[in-house]
Amino acid sequence: MCHQSVGLIQRQIEYAGITTVSISLLREITEKTRPPRALFVPFPLGYPLGEPDNAELQTRIIQAAFALLSRTDCPVLETFAT
Amino acid sequence: MARIDDLDPLERLFLKGYPFKRFAPRPDDPVTTAVTTLRKPLAQCTVALVTTAGLSLPGQPPFDTSIKRGDSSFREIPSAVALESLEMNHRSWAFDYRGVLRDRNLALPLDRLREMRERGEIGAIAPRHYSFMGSIVGPAKLTRTSAPEVARLLAEDSVDVVLLTPV
Repeated sequence: MCHQSVGLIQRQIEYAGITTVSISLLREITEKTRPPRALFVPFPLGYPLGEPDNAELQTRIIQAAFALLSRTDCPVLETFAT
Repeated sequence: MARIDDLDPLERLFLKGYPFKRFAPRPDDPVTTAVTTLRKPLAQCTVALVTTAGLSLPGQPPFDTSIKRGDSSFREIPSAVALESLEMNHRSWAFDYRGVLRDRNLALPLDRLREMRERGEIGAIAPRHYSFMGSIVGPAKLTRTSAPEVARLLAEDSVDVVLLTPV
């Protein structure tokens, strides 16, 4: 349900004139909710930025998500390459 | 990797039967089809975080897990917060919350943004970030009230970019 909430909030923010990107842990739900830009990451629920205390991995995920910000062919759903 | 088929049977049944279509984007609705182009390089952008991890500050009222269709309220998290002080009210059986309890950056990566700002990868960190609870089965109030309110507050802070994280 978190994924639907994120999608609904994300669209309101994008509508307010702010560029958004979200992390997705459940590709199947994000395909249905279709937020403007999302990065699917292959981690378990509860672990959107990969691993606790792993700054290097967390940073790479954020950078990969931010790389989608310039995309305007929305909805964009890319997969994080680990 | 998380897949619906690997989830707890109750959660799986619920998600498979849930009418996502009802809240899916519609071509006639400007909110659901809006696309905002990034107007400047990321290195000049002000960045904010929004999470549905149910994090709250010690002095804030906790999220109400007893509301049947979900608590759609939000909590404001100032950027200067000491991350380890944040409490987690989310207690959905669907996910493992131990990771976030160990390192709040897993859902609210403020330390990572601070490092990116130091390196000049982003311009600035917004003064306010927002936390929702998730597990919102009936999202009408979220769509009508709390999400537009957060969008307005973010615009008030001249935020250029928002990163959202579910759990």
